[in-house]
Amino acid sequence: MIKITPSEFEPYRELEQYQLQQKAQLSGKQGAANVFVGTMRDFNDGEAVKGMTLEHYPEMTEKQLEHVLADAKKQWPLLDALVIHRVGDVFPDDVLVLVAVWSAHRGAAFDACRFIMEALKSRVPFWKQEILNDDTRRWVAKNTDGYVN
Amino acid sequence: MSIKVRYFASLKELIGRDSDVCEFTSGMTVLGAWQVVVPDKSMPNNILAAINMEYVSLDALLTNEDELAFFPPVTGG
Repeated sequence: MIKITPSEFEPYRELEQYQLQQKAQLSGKQGAANVFVGTMRDFNDGEAVKGMTLEHYPEMTEKQLEHVLADAKKQWPLLDALVIHRVGDVFPDDVLVLVAVWSAHRGAAFDACRFIMEALKSRVPFWKQEILNDDTRRWVAKNTDGYVN
Repeated sequence: MSIKVRYFASLKELIGRDSDVCEFTSGMTVLGAWQVVVPDKSMPNNILAAINMEYVSLDALLTNEDELAFFPPVTGG
């Protein structure tokens, strides 16, 4: 399932509800679940950041996320996948993204979750505009490789 | 033929509007459409393009009522 939301969400509650809803599909078959939660920091690129606006291209966002999930399902035997992504005005400690996958074995769950997250960051049309402490705004020009100190 | 052209994020700010309508006869490419709707600016190097919400190259051809979009590299997640 894919959900784009302008509202704050609690990822573990969403997961619990989704797993209950998908019980028939997962029961007895699932041996592994892998979950990624991305949260907003209060710093980036050497500056304090007090807020952010997440712009997106409605409909293309969902379409490209569907492609990402389809690509993951072609490569790994997934039982199910859930992606929730926030849009609009966000603040430090807000959850920005949840990716969860379920499979029979851990290898597929670990690998597919990473694949979905990296593909989301390079293919799905979201853009971050940060608000610094002096109220200036700056666009994030590109995503990092995920290993920045 | 007529298409809608949309701009997002920093590119929308650079151009100063979020959309245009582009009228053309036939054989119009994505790059050609840019030159019609944003004649005063050359396209920044890293700009991505989509027709009807699927990524395309700059030489892709447009057809009537397509939705063309231009935007900078994506930064979600």
